[in-house]
Amino acid sequence: MTEEINKALERKYEAGFVSAIESETFAPGLNEEVIARISAVKGEPSWMLEWRLKAFAAWQQMETPEWAHLHFPTIDYQAISYYSAPKSMADKPQSLDEVDPELLATYEKLGIPLLEQQMLAGVAVDAVFDSVSVVTTFRDKLEEAGVIFCSISEAVHRFPELVKQYLGSVVPQKDNYFAALNCAVFTDGSFVYIPKGTRCPMELSTYFRINEQNTGQFERTLIIADEGSYVSYLEGCTAPQRDENQLHAAVVELVALDNAEIKYSTVQNWYPGDENGKGGIYNFVTKRGICHNNAKISWTQVETGSAITWKYPSCILKGDNSVGEFYSVALTRGAQQADTGTKMIHLGKNSRSTIISKGISAGRSNNAYRGLVRMNPGAEGARNFTQCDSLLIGDQCGAHTFPYVESRNPSAIVEHEATTSKVSDEQLFLCQQRGLDAEKAVSMIVNGFCKEVFKELPMEFAVEAGKLLEISLEGSVG
Amino acid sequence: MSNEYLLSVTGLKARVEEKTILKGLDLNIKPGEVHAIMGPNGAGKSTLGYVLSGRDGYQVESGEVTLDGQNLLELAIEERARAGLFLAFQYPVEIPGVSNLEFLKAAVDAHRQAQGQEPVSAKDFLKQAREACKQVNLPAEFLKRGVNEGFSGGEKKRNEIMQMLLLQPKLCILDESDSGLDIDALKVVADGVNSMRDGQRAFIVVTHYQRLLDYIKPDYVHVLADGAIVKSGDASLALELEDQGYAWLAERRAQDPVEMHHEVNQ
Repeated sequence: MTEEINKALERKYEAGFVSAIESETFAPGLNEEVIARISAVKGEPSWMLEWRLKAFAAWQQMETPEWAHLHFPTIDYQAISYYSAPKSMADKPQSLDEVDPELLATYEKLGIPLLEQQMLAGVAVDAVFDSVSVVTTFRDKLEEAGVIFCSISEAVHRFPELVKQYLGSVVPQKDNYFAALNCAVFTDGSFVYIPKGTRCPMELSTYFRINEQNTGQFERTLIIADEGSYVSYLEGCTAPQRDENQLHAAVVELVALDNAEIKYSTVQNWYPGDENGKGGIYNFVTKRGICHNNAKISWTQVETGSAITWKYPSCILKGDNSVGEFYSVALTRGAQQADTGTKMIHLGKNSRSTIISKGISAGRSNNAYRGLVRMNPGAEGARNFTQCDSLLIGDQCGAHTFPYVESRNPSAIVEHEATTSKVSDEQLFLCQQRGLDAEKAVSMIVNGFCKEVFKELPMEFAVEAGKLLEISLEGSVG
Repeated sequence: MSNEYLLSVTGLKARVEEKTILKGLDLNIKPGEVHAIMGPNGAGKSTLGYVLSGRDGYQVESGEVTLDGQNLLELAIEERARAGLFLAFQYPVEIPGVSNLEFLKAAVDAHRQAQGQEPVSAKDFLKQAREACKQVNLPAEFLKRGVNEGFSGGEKKRNEIMQMLLLQPKLCILDESDSGLDIDALKVVADGVNSMRDGQRAFIVVTHYQRLLDYIKPDYVHVLADGAIVKSGDASLALELEDQGYAWLAERRAQDPVEMHHEVNQ
């Protein structure tokens, strides 16, 4: 039966195509000059360049973290190109009509139509291709509501005060090795500002695509929800199928001011590499949000791609009565490795956090949950509930759970539940005896296992996530 | 000759790992018939159901099996199911998070697809499923719950019968569907089976106890012992067995197992 399941897991990566787009790409290598060039190409003000260089200096003093349950060769940071942009973007297109049709076709092929009339109503998209934001849709409609949704490069020019105030405020430059690198070389990403008391009229979405070879993607996202506002933000990612590993080191910062709510959902489908672990994206991402009084941040992630995932979307629950949530599905197969989880740092009184993590391991993959719940002395009456479930498919994969709990307040309550189960022969047999083929059966069982997380995703994303798991588990059964 | 049989099993030998469990089993079932299979523990009763449905790990060494004239042994598990073979499990397994309704619809649609039909509409299916629930005395909210998730033993068995009602198989194998049931639940299971008797659909009822056969009247009763059918008769045989137990088997086997085999299958 194990063999059948493994066959069912051999699958194609549907987003693995390469777009024939002429690009302007920097030669590989990293030094202060390269950083100055990135900054110059983007026409940045001097404060931005200084900020980058400061981070670069810090990064050079830092070392690659080795505590994660991951194995990968040393990354040669001089062999990576730090900037690549489609040539057609050189003279910035002013509207969708001016965008290279090949670029639009790429997103179309990925199921993300950028022409507004074809789009799902109610979702605005920022499309980031390699190092630049290609287009942001529905801007006018959003601006009517006072919502700012643009590329971070544009925000540096148009809203320098907001950027200066909040950039690096949640994830400091020296936070960790990959965050510091990102601070030095970040190229593009999304910027969102929701004004006081405003409910963002549509879902905001950024779609990241790596196309160029030997190029790293270092995007930077900053979302600020002002007092009493609400926004739901979706993030999707894919990359072509290549034999070389590609580096992706992003930073996402969320700021939820008093009474604000941010819902951040990710469907990550970077190229995972082949069955033997050749190629694939190294995904080293720092995502963190800060919640002020009565604010709420909810992270939902569905992780199916990347050769290596190193990612811990976290919440600093600074305000009283603030709420942090983390719902995660991480599926690994083939030779993939994932070390992912969350940190909930409780500072405020009566702050609450919920962690639901579902890890699915198949093939020869390794899937680790790593989570920290910290109750600081001031976190009077704070509560956390953590549930970590692992599902093993076949007998060659691994599931690991590393929960860290630090409680420095006796009134705080921390609960942790963990289970490990297998897709059993009996379950498969029951499904097949009722007429379902093994593939459909595995996909149904896995979807059932993930249900608690999927129900947290916005409707369209939930459907996409379900399909993605199905595709990931696809492959004919002999 | 074999055309008149819905199920025809000839000289079936099968093993699990290195152990041969079925040692030359013959069984012919015509459309509409109910055959009860009884016998001591370890005789191979459950194995028969698993071998017929194609479960992994149950290897056929020799013999032939046809369902409706089709060679069953060359079909995959799900193909056998779609061809009309249904196994009601003795211990139905739980599938957490997958709702009964979703599971049943996928199963029904897989059957329909095999017959070149479109998937059933969600609305029609819900209606049918509610009706089936009612018939086996399960509240409709069971459709929303995970497959067998947190069901009691009796609820699981009734859930199996509900699946049978919806899938409308040609041949139903009930593997000790009576075990662990109180008398009311037993009646519900029996009523479900009886409601499906239409002169075409056939049943193999595997049971330890005569009790179930008070409610599901068999046309034939077979005694399965040591991997073969050693005695066949009508419904009265079940009563006889209830009376005598299986001690007589040991004596007969000591005499001449080969002759016994022929005697039964003449």
